Amino acid sequence: MALPSYTETRYRIWHYIYIAICTFVFFFLIAPLFVIFPLSFNAEEFLVFSEGMKNLDPDAFSLRWYKDMVYGTKNPWGLAAKNSFIIAIFATIGSIILGTLAALGLSSRHMPYKGLIMATLISPMIVPLIISGVAIFFFMAKAGLAATHTGIVLAHIILGTPFVVITVTATLSGFDHSVTRAAASLGSNPVNTFMKITLPLILPGVISGGLFAFVTSFDEVVVVLFLAGLENTTIPIQMWTGLREQLSPTILAVATCLILLSTLILVTAELLRRRSERLRGINR
Amino acid sequence: MSSETKQILTTDGIPLEVSLKKAEKKNKIKAFLLAAPLLLFLVITYIFPIGEMFMRSVDDRMVTNMLPKTFQEMEKWENLEELPPEEVYRAFYEDYKLLVEKQQHGKLGQRLNKEKNGFNTITKKLFRQIKRKKIDESASLKEQINKLHKRWRNVEYWQAIKRTAPPYTMAKYLKGMDMYLAADGGIAQVEEDRRIHRILWLRTLEIAFFVTLFCFLMGYPIAHLLATLPMKYSNLLMICVLLPFWTSLLVRTASWMILLQQQGIVNDFFVMIGLVTDDNRPEMMYNKVGTYVAMTQILLPFMVLPLYSVMKTISPSLMRAGKSLGGTPFVAFWKVYFPLTIPGIGAGCLLVFILAIGYYITPALVGGASGTLISNQIAFHMKTTLDWSFASAMGLMLLTGVLVIYWIYNKLVGVDNIKLG
Repeated sequence: MALPSYTETRYRIWHYIYIAICTFVFFFLIAPLFVIFPLSFNAEEFLVFSEGMKNLDPDAFSLRWYKDMVYGTKNPWGLAAKNSFIIAIFATIGSIILGTLAALGLSSRHMPYKGLIMATLISPMIVPLIISGVAIFFFMAKAGLAATHTGIVLAHIILGTPFVVITVTATLSGFDHSVTRAAASLGSNPVNTFMKITLPLILPGVISGGLFAFVTSFDEVVVVLFLAGLENTTIPIQMWTGLREQLSPTILAVATCLILLSTLILVTAELLRRRSERLRGINR
Repeated sequence: MSSETKQILTTDGIPLEVSLKKAEKKNKIKAFLLAAPLLLFLVITYIFPIGEMFMRSVDDRMVTNMLPKTFQEMEKWENLEELPPEEVYRAFYEDYKLLVEKQQHGKLGQRLNKEKNGFNTITKKLFRQIKRKKIDESASLKEQINKLHKRWRNVEYWQAIKRTAPPYTMAKYLKGMDMYLAADGGIAQVEEDRRIHRILWLRTLEIAFFVTLFCFLMGYPIAHLLATLPMKYSNLLMICVLLPFWTSLLVRTASWMILLQQQGIVNDFFVMIGLVTDDNRPEMMYNKVGTYVAMTQILLPFMVLPLYSVMKTISPSLMRAGKSLGGTPFVAFWKVYFPLTIPGIGAGCLLVFILAIGYYITPALVGGASGTLISNQIAFHMKTTLDWSFASAMGLMLLTGVLVIYWIYNKLVGVDNIKLG
């Protein structure tokens, strides 16, 4: 942002202060993530940069902690990763199906009690997680679903659907309903119309809601802490236990993998958002 | 409809109005049926359990069910300043004997002990006498029980039993505010040095408030920069906001634990620039500083994204117009730009404040003793003391607070302004 040449000195100074503040904030946001990368390749057990690392000595770096993550004895990460992915995938599918259906209903102008129903459907997003955790735990304990995969999947569907409902409703707000009427007038039944016309058009919204649901499930720790038994341990639970007991470099190796995963999700989400905006005709 | 206007009929001969209403109703049902599966699912697995939390938090039927005869006899106990009559003693003895047979006497002792300290000892004493069959049921039970321990002769203990008679109680809510039901039925304050919950509530509010403030002070400038920069630069900078947003909470907390430790990089930096000496490194983790720093960074994206989406819609020509009409850049900003961003500020602050007030993971990891919040206390009672009814009561108090904030916000700004990234 270049300043016009006639800018007075005091505004010029103020402008540089503003840029400096912004730089600091961006640094504050992103820098902590980058501390993890180099330290996860540390050859030593300490979580500080060794003299060797500061001098870029190749011997100071190693893949030791990554090997420990994958092959380590009594290692929980394999089971945790498997559980996390299974739970997140099923929770995402459940959230997408329930959330999309509900969003279709909510964006119909015939929907009765729209405000109340919308408030109920997105309430799990507003209620603090700890309270959701307590409530869901009471239900699962009664239903005999505590410490089961099914219970955790159901819990994550509860937490994930609001995101799907919100993103899909937003996509549908720019949706031209005459195309479905056109399909119907040409003899298509409602299911066929949905599969062939509506779904392809709202797909970006569905997928980005699904991504939110996936990340919510994959990253969720508060509710799982109440629900999980030893068999249902997940990556966040293992990280939580590890961070509470002792911060080991293996956790940093796992964290690096998670950052890579979130980068992947970020790129996907961004591409989807742009595609969706193009389809909805929002020019930026 | 006046009789002169001709009724319009559809091709089937049904009046158009009726036919339309029918179609409308069909559409209504159709729309509702689409939302019904999720609604039903949430009501069963989520809304009802929250209602159950409320039932749990006020439920006090345990003692009521354990001592049915006692409470019946106590109805006739008139002078509450004096020891109850023989019948009450006999009823209590019979109830207690039944509990001993069902092996539930321990629970009663613990429950009564919460009502009045020292109950556990004297009920155990009674239990041993019953086990050894030392009690003569034909003689006066009042005398025999009173002989067991001097506390049985203290009328306050009998009053405590009487207080547990109602099936519902507000005690858990009062406890959450460091108050209790006094012997005379009034509400009393806990002694000053034992008011732990009030400190926690205040601390939670304080931390949520300051984290929101810091997020606002840091988020506003960068949201403004992102909204005014040309697209190709702002997209790149947006990654700095979105990558933390999508990254696991625990990963971000872990990175702060590394940065803030005593031999960590932040302290190294302070030593390097000469702010502190090497052997005098400040403790930045396991206290409030750690909680503030980590929570601000973690919640900052939730402030930036709503601000950005509002600022993006403000036309730059408004600022130019303000300046061309004679305002200095500061005046133009304050009078024109800032008021337009208020919906974004509201949405961002609401999101951050509500998220911060219920925060649990980060304070538990970097907060230490002085950084724990009300959520940690709820989790503690759920998992360690197993006092689920107290955890429920505190949870509902927190929930009420959140809903009030949400309601105020809805009145002031309107919830429709919330957007997701």
